[in-house]
Amino acid sequence: MSQTLLETKDLTVRFGGHVAVDAVSCAFHAGELTAIVGPNGAGKTTYFNLISGQIPASAGSVSLLGEEVTKFSVAQRCRAGLGRAFQLTNLFPNLSVLENVRLVIQAHRNKGFSLLSMADSHHELTVEARAVLERVRLDTMEDQKVTELSHGNQRKLEVAMLIALDPMVYMFDEPTAGMSADEAPVVLDLIAELKAERERTILLVEHKMDVIRALADRIIVLHNGALAADGDPAEVMASDVVQEAYMGKALENV
Amino acid sequence: MLHLLSGDKPRSVVLTIILLVILISLAFAPFLFPGVRSLETAARICIFIVLVASYDLLLGYSGIVSFAHTMFFGLGAYGVALSSIHMGRGYDALIVGTVLGAIAAAALAWLIALFSLRVRAIFFAMITLAVASAVAVLVSQLSGLTGGEDGLNYKIPRDLTPANRLGEFLGVKVNGKTLNYYLVFFGSAALFLLLLRVVNSPFGRVLQAIRENDFRAEAVGYRVVWYRTVATCLSAATAALAGSLFAIWLRYVGPDTTLSFEIMLDILLMVVIGGMGTMYGAILGATLFVLAQNYLQTLMGAASEATHSLPLVPHLLDPDRWLLWLGVLFVLSVYFFPTGIVGRLRNGR
Ligand SMILES: Nc1ncnc2c1ncn2[C@@H]1O[C@H](COP(=O)(O)OP(=O)(O)O)[C@@H](O)[C@H]1O
Ligand SMILES: [Mg+2]
Repeated sequence: MSQTLLETKDLTVRFGGHVAVDAVSCAFHAGELTAIVGPNGAGKTTYFNLISGQIPASAGSVSLLGEEVTKFSVAQRCRAGLGRAFQLTNLFPNLSVLENVRLVIQAHRNKGFSLLSMADSHHELTVEARAVLERVRLDTMEDQKVTELSHGNQRKLEVAMLIALDPMVYMFDEPTAGMSADEAPVVLDLIAELKAERERTILLVEHKMDVIRALADRIIVLHNGALAADGDPAEVMASDVVQEAYMGKALENV
Repeated sequence: MLHLLSGDKPRSVVLTIILLVILISLAFAPFLFPGVRSLETAARICIFIVLVASYDLLLGYSGIVSFAHTMFFGLGAYGVALSSIHMGRGYDALIVGTVLGAIAAAALAWLIALFSLRVRAIFFAMITLAVASAVAVLVSQLSGLTGGEDGLNYKIPRDLTPANRLGEFLGVKVNGKTLNYYLVFFGSAALFLLLLRVVNSPFGRVLQAIRENDFRAEAVGYRVVWYRTVATCLSAATAALAGSLFAIWLRYVGPDTTLSFEIMLDILLMVVIGGMGTMYGAILGATLFVLAQNYLQTLMGAASEATHSLPLVPHLLDPDRWLLWLGVLFVLSVYFFPTGIVGRLRNGR
C-alpha cells in the first residue's frame, strides 16, 4: 500500500448522550479517492469536522502525514496539509472572487503578517490565484463580489479555494450539492484531475452513485456514526448495507 | 502619489475633491484661517483623523468593538505630560513620553486581547469597557501623579510655543505655535498614511477576511487570534501616538480632554458617519464632526438672531440646543448614508 497520509483511530464525539461519530478507525493513502457514504445524519460532516479540527474529539486520535494532530487548532491542521471544502458554502462574502482565492494562496505562502507592503504588489499571488480561477472557469468573474455569484459559481469558488490551498489531504463535502447538471461536471472533472495527480488523498462525501462509481477507489459507509463497511466500490455497493441505506431503509440491524 | 496612498484610490470624483479641499485647508490652515480658534480646530481635526482612522482599523476592518480607544489615546497624552514634568521641558521628554506611551498602550492592548479575544470577540468589548472605566477612575484617584480631575499643565520646548516669534509670512504672524501645528499636521499625515498602508497590506486583507468569515479564515490557515491581537495593538499604539500629538499641542492633559467616555462616543460617531472600513471615512467624519462641535453653536446663534421675529423658530435654534441638533444630524446621516458618506459617494447614489 502507498503512504498513509491521514489516519483516524477510534475517533469519537458525543453530543450530550448522542454519539455522532463512534470509534471510527480508518487510514487514507496517497493516490486514493475514498467516497464516504451514508444516510443523512450518519455523521459524515461531523467526521470531517473532527478531522479538520472544527469540533474537538471526545476520544481517539487523528494523525496527518504520520504526525498526531489531535491537539492542533484548525489553522495548524491546515498548515500541516489538510484542506477542506465545506458542505454549506463558506466564503468571504463581501470580497471579490479573486481576493477569496488570493487570500488562500497568501496564507499558504505565509505572507499574512506582512504589514507594510501593498497586497497588490505581490503579483505572484495574484497570478497563481488567476490560474486556479481558470481551472474552475471563474476567471471571467474575478472582480465580482461573492454575493453576486450564482449558487453554482459559489460552489465552484469553494472548490477553487481548496485547490489554491494545495493540501496533501483533500476533503470534499458534497461538492456538487445544489449545482445544475451542466455545472457539476466542471467540479467533478477537477476532482478527477486531482485524483490523476496521484500524490494526494481525497475524501469525498457524495450521494450520487454514478459519481462514486466513476471516481472512487474505495468506499466507506458510515451509519449512526460508526464505520459500517469499508472496501472496494463494487463490493461495498453490492453489499446489503449500502443496498438498504440507499433504498431508504433504516439500518437497525447492522 | 498612488504609492503613498498604497494604491487605495478614493474611487469617486466628489470624494477626491472633498478630500483635496480638506487636505489643502489643513495644510495651509495657519495662513488660510489665521486666528487662535480656527488653528485649534484645525489641529483637533488632524488629531481626530488619526484617532478615528486607528479606530476604523479595529471596527471597520477587523470587526472588533472596543470601548477603550480613549484610554489608549490618554496613555499617549499622559505619557508626554508626565515625562515633560519629570524630565523637565525638552524634546527628549517629548520623545520618551511618546515612545513609552505607545509601548504602554500596545502592551495593555496585548494583555486585554490575549485574555478576551481567545474566548469570543464580543467578550473583548466588555473587557475594554471594564478596563477603560477602571483606568479612568484610577487617573482621577491618583491625583498626586496625574493631577486628578484638574489634569496636568506642563512646559514643552520653547520653539513650539507662541513665545517663539518668527516674523511674518504672507501677512500672518508666524511663531512657535505655527511650527507646533505643522508638527501635528505632518505627524498626523504620516500616521494616517501608515494606517492606509496597513489596511492595504496582505495583513489588512487577512483582517477583512476575518471580519467577513473568521471560521473560514481559520480553515485556510490563518490563526485568527493572532491577527486580531496584532490589529488591536497596532490600533492602540496609533491612538496613543495621536494622544501624544494632542498633548504636545495643548500643553495640558486632563480626563475630560483625553479619557472621557464622551470622546469614545464621538469617535464611534465619526467612524460611522464617515464610513466604516474605508479609512477615508475617518477624514470626512472627523472633519465634519469637529467643525460641527466647534461652529454649530455659533451658527445657531446667528440663525437664532436672524429669525428673531418668527415664533418658535428662534427658540429651536437657540445655541443651547446645539447638542440636540448634533443628535438630529447624526440620526439623519446614519439614516440616509447607512454605509457612511464615503460608502455613499462611492456607490454614486
Ligand atoms: N454541533 C453539534 N451538536 C449536536 N449535535 C450535532 C452537532 N453536529 C452534528 N450533530 C448531530 O450529529 C449527527 C450527524 O450529523 P452530520 O455529521 O451532519 O450528518 P451527515 O453529514 O452525515 O448528514 C446528526 O444527528 C446531527 O444532528
Ligand atoms: Mg453532511
